[in-house]
Amino acid sequence: MQDLNELKEVISQIKEEITGGIGSLENSKAVYEFKKNFLDSKNGKISALMKEMRNIPNEQKANFGKGVNELKAWAAEKFDEIDAALKAKEATARYEKEKIDVTMPAVKTKKGNLHPVTQIRNELIDIFASMGFDVFEGSEIETDYYNFTALNTPADHPARDMQDTFYLSPEFLLRTQTSAGQIHVMEAKKPPIKILSPGKVFRSDDDATHSPMFTQMEGLVVDKGITLCDLQGMLNTLVQKIFGADTTTRFRPSYFPFTEPSVEVDVSCFECKGKGCRLCKGTGWIEVLGAGVVNRKVLANCDINPDEYSGFAFGIGIERLAMLKYGINNIKMLYESDLRVLEQINDN
Amino acid sequence: MLVPISWLRDYVDIDIDIDELERRLFASGFEVEEKYQVGKDISGVVVGEVLTCEAIPDTHLHVCMVNVGGAEPLQICCGADNVCAGGKFPVALPGAQVYMTAKDHVTVEGVMTIKKGKLRGYESNGMLCSGTELGVNEDMYPGAGYNGLLVLPADAVVGADVKPLLGLDDYIFDVSITANRPDCQSIYGIAREVAAILDKPVKEPALDYTESGITKDGFTVTVDAPDLCPRYIAHYVTDVKIEQSPAWMRRRLALVGVNSISNIVDITNYILYELGQPMHAFDGEFLEGNAINVRRAADGEKIVTLDEKEFTLNHNNLVICDGVKPVALAGIMGGLNSEIRETTNSVMFEAAKFARDNIRKSSRALGQSSDSSQRYAKGVDEYATVMAMKRALHLIEELGAGRVSSTHVEANSGNSLEPRVMKASVKAVNGVLGIEVPTDEIVRIMKALNFNPSIDGDELTIYVPAYREDMESYPDISEEVIRMYGFDKLVPTLMPTAKITAGGLNTRQKAELKLKRAMTSTGAYEGVHYSFFSPADLDLLGFAADAPERNAIRILNPINEDLSLMRTTLMPQMIHAASRNMKRGRMEGRVFELGNKFIPKSLPLTEYPDEKPTLAMVAWGSGENFYTLKGMVDTVADTFGLTFEYVPTTKPFLHPYQTAEVVCGGEVVGFLGKVTYEIMKAEDMREAAYVAEIDLTLLEKYYDKVTKFAPLPKYDEESRDLALVMDKAVSCGQVEKLIKDACAYVSNVTLFDVYEGAQIGLDKKSMAFSVKFTPKDEEFSADAVDAFVKKILKKLKNELQIDLRS
Repeated sequence: MQDLNELKEVISQIKEEITGGIGSLENSKAVYEFKKNFLDSKNGKISALMKEMRNIPNEQKANFGKGVNELKAWAAEKFDEIDAALKAKEATARYEKEKIDVTMPAVKTKKGNLHPVTQIRNELIDIFASMGFDVFEGSEIETDYYNFTALNTPADHPARDMQDTFYLSPEFLLRTQTSAGQIHVMEAKKPPIKILSPGKVFRSDDDATHSPMFTQMEGLVVDKGITLCDLQGMLNTLVQKIFGADTTTRFRPSYFPFTEPSVEVDVSCFECKGKGCRLCKGTGWIEVLGAGVVNRKVLANCDINPDEYSGFAFGIGIERLAMLKYGINNIKMLYESDLRVLEQINDN
Repeated sequence: MLVPISWLRDYVDIDIDIDELERRLFASGFEVEEKYQVGKDISGVVVGEVLTCEAIPDTHLHVCMVNVGGAEPLQICCGADNVCAGGKFPVALPGAQVYMTAKDHVTVEGVMTIKKGKLRGYESNGMLCSGTELGVNEDMYPGAGYNGLLVLPADAVVGADVKPLLGLDDYIFDVSITANRPDCQSIYGIAREVAAILDKPVKEPALDYTESGITKDGFTVTVDAPDLCPRYIAHYVTDVKIEQSPAWMRRRLALVGVNSISNIVDITNYILYELGQPMHAFDGEFLEGNAINVRRAADGEKIVTLDEKEFTLNHNNLVICDGVKPVALAGIMGGLNSEIRETTNSVMFEAAKFARDNIRKSSRALGQSSDSSQRYAKGVDEYATVMAMKRALHLIEELGAGRVSSTHVEANSGNSLEPRVMKASVKAVNGVLGIEVPTDEIVRIMKALNFNPSIDGDELTIYVPAYREDMESYPDISEEVIRMYGFDKLVPTLMPTAKITAGGLNTRQKAELKLKRAMTSTGAYEGVHYSFFSPADLDLLGFAADAPERNAIRILNPINEDLSLMRTTLMPQMIHAASRNMKRGRMEGRVFELGNKFIPKSLPLTEYPDEKPTLAMVAWGSGENFYTLKGMVDTVADTFGLTFEYVPTTKPFLHPYQTAEVVCGGEVVGFLGKVTYEIMKAEDMREAAYVAEIDLTLLEKYYDKVTKFAPLPKYDEESRDLALVMDKAVSCGQVEKLIKDACAYVSNVTLFDVYEGAQIGLDKKSMAFSVKFTPKDEEFSADAVDAFVKKILKKLKNELQIDLRS
């Protein structure tokens, strides 16, 4: 190359060549390959122009260099433009190719549920643990003494007829009530006592609402000055947490050998809010548990001075709560490990 | 207990309506389980007078014009043989509801609504009714038993509702009585409560009678077992005339479901319901030896009871004997040998208190029970015993059933019938409740309940009637006060006087909950099963005769054989759970249970057995295999930061080559494996099931293990993949162990490929492991790891002829 004029010609030739060439480029790789023809530092046509510098008269060298650099910048911009455009197109094409049907079923992480009884049990424990209750699980096999006699239910007591007991020997039996645990706790520990005693209990009963095994949760408080009003306050807290803040309790007289006074506790029907419906059989109330002030004889049986201390106890059937809460009508469903049942009672 | 309200009204004025009475009883501790009107199914039936009655030719029917009090008489067709002009009969008007009877006119088949109709072309605008059609029998209304129209009295008011006339408007309460109130197991007992509720006096039934002066000289009563019979009263009645009881008595017995038999028997039944005291009447003619002796039966002694059943007795049974022989099974049933018969002309009445436990036990052991034994089992008080005898003698006179003799012999152990004095602090009484019940309210309530109270400062004195055996100490007074004062007056509090305590789950409880949650995270659902199972389950699982699982605690009185053994393993129930689910269409799933198994220390039980918390799991379906279940088992290890090892073993119910022991810290803590094809077939399981059982008592020591943070390695770790060729019999575990043993820097060995095929020889297999080396105190030098690998390969070659795959 001799001078600037010749350069101009070459520049316009190269520009034409680039402008004409990029139109047919289809992808980023082709752009790269095409670009190499011009800008490759060894073989690129534009890079080659720089080498012509030595043939150019000195006074033109500055302008020559400027011209080549401008061409270089122009070409680079062209290539960048086309590269960006093609990349955008490729990206779009890739996304389009990966289009899916979002309404197709999810692939789920398999997760099981805790048993409905465990769920209710945990819920109760959470409520009471926060109020300072320990959890004591007694044994399923008990002696006659702990299940009956120590609970003020001696051998000739008609209350024994209230519960059909499974016997394992003249002395050992399957506990009929978690109250049996009360005595173990009071023998081992002196007041203040606040315990919750959940567990399986057994009665020789078998129909749609009775199962020979079910789960009870016993609560016991022994301290100074504990009253029937305290029992109601505690139970109100309980039912409000389980059935909703507008739930209340109603006490009515009942009889258990180990409490005096004894009460049946009804909750206002959470389904109809007390108006009367099928669940509450039109009464507005649902019977949920038995309770009372601990009988002085029971305290004395455990070497706790009944003149100094008093207490209350209550016992809840957990299956009954579960059945009420989830609307399960047959207690047996809870013991069959039927996945169709267990899947429905989600433990979140 | 059934309480006809008309009967109750004998003893107390009830001036509130039935619903309010029910509510008040409920609030004071007497739940009315059922309340019904005697004529609940009957409506629209009035008194009608037949004005004219003409036979319809060639039929048994009559067409009648009947005045029912309206402007016009009704034309009604009637087929009864006693229809006649001038007679008054019940008329079911169109729209009325009465009982429908079968062709025999006696068997009730349901309830029907009367419609206007035509019989043989004659309009009939109602129905003339029989007693049966109104649900009234001969005992409830004289003449109602006739198979024809029920004849109403001439003075019945035409057009009036028949229900009051026939007593069909009466209500019956079925009252539930708690075990502490046997004194309320009678209509009079309930009346005392109703009187207290209404603050009205209770009217005692008439107890007066006149003794004739006739005596039975030398007659004695001895009680040899006063512990079983604290009081026995005998009284002779002479010149007995056995007749039907009067209508009022028969009606009352009918209302409580008792058939009338004869005046003497009816008196005993009447008193059972009225006063709650069982009585017995012996035919005096058949009592020998001029004596009554109450004693325990001799072993092997026999008696035939009224229902002609023979019993062989023992010393646990109490018998009433005359001077010669047993004449009654005490408290349960009289003997056939002294039964009241039509010719009876002298009667010895018995009123006694027997120990409730003895009656209950004898009744159960002999399989013989009666209204009396059921009543005794609840507890009878001697106050009622004494009152009942007086009442019986009064009724003898009232019914004209005989002459009350002067032979009255009573044997008692000296229990007083006088009220007991009980003193209590008003403060203590209120202290149980947590509210201050005003003292005058306490006094009012005590008075209404017949406790005759007085107050001196804080001291309350009451006189407890003998029938209130349940009153023991001041909390009983609190209960009486609050049930009458109203539980709605309690003010809920949250233990203002109690000490603050820290609560919550202990380590074991927390660990078990954590474990359950870990199990659900594997996709398993928690199941709960009975603590007992079937002997057949042990057979199904094929346990040998001397297997420890067979050493199970038996329930002496199981519901049935399938629920008769305390479980010694959770496996049968896990297998059943899988099988049941598959039958219900769930062809895959996972279930676990955390529950106790019961291992006796001795049989029969002489001490508490071990109750072992056990984790059991089952996984079934085409997606499961030994290793997926092993993953669940490893989750247990992960939960507590442990490492389990698995050692091949066998179990009778598991696949011989897909079963392993789970070992933790050198101890076998459980097992897992595939359920055998034999059990799959027997249990109709279409997909394979895998089960595992872990004894949590052996893991408990790890529950409070604190995880220690391991410092991150200071130097780069190195990793090498080794493809090894070995005999097929060599296990993955063996190779892993050798690799670890060979080099102290090996921190992890992971199998990532297994190959078997001709390339390496048919008796061989290839296993590829990724081995990680972790430097300790300094960086590995350039060829250190190569040296480790060499050492490892040498050991593998030497010990198990394992080569590097070429």
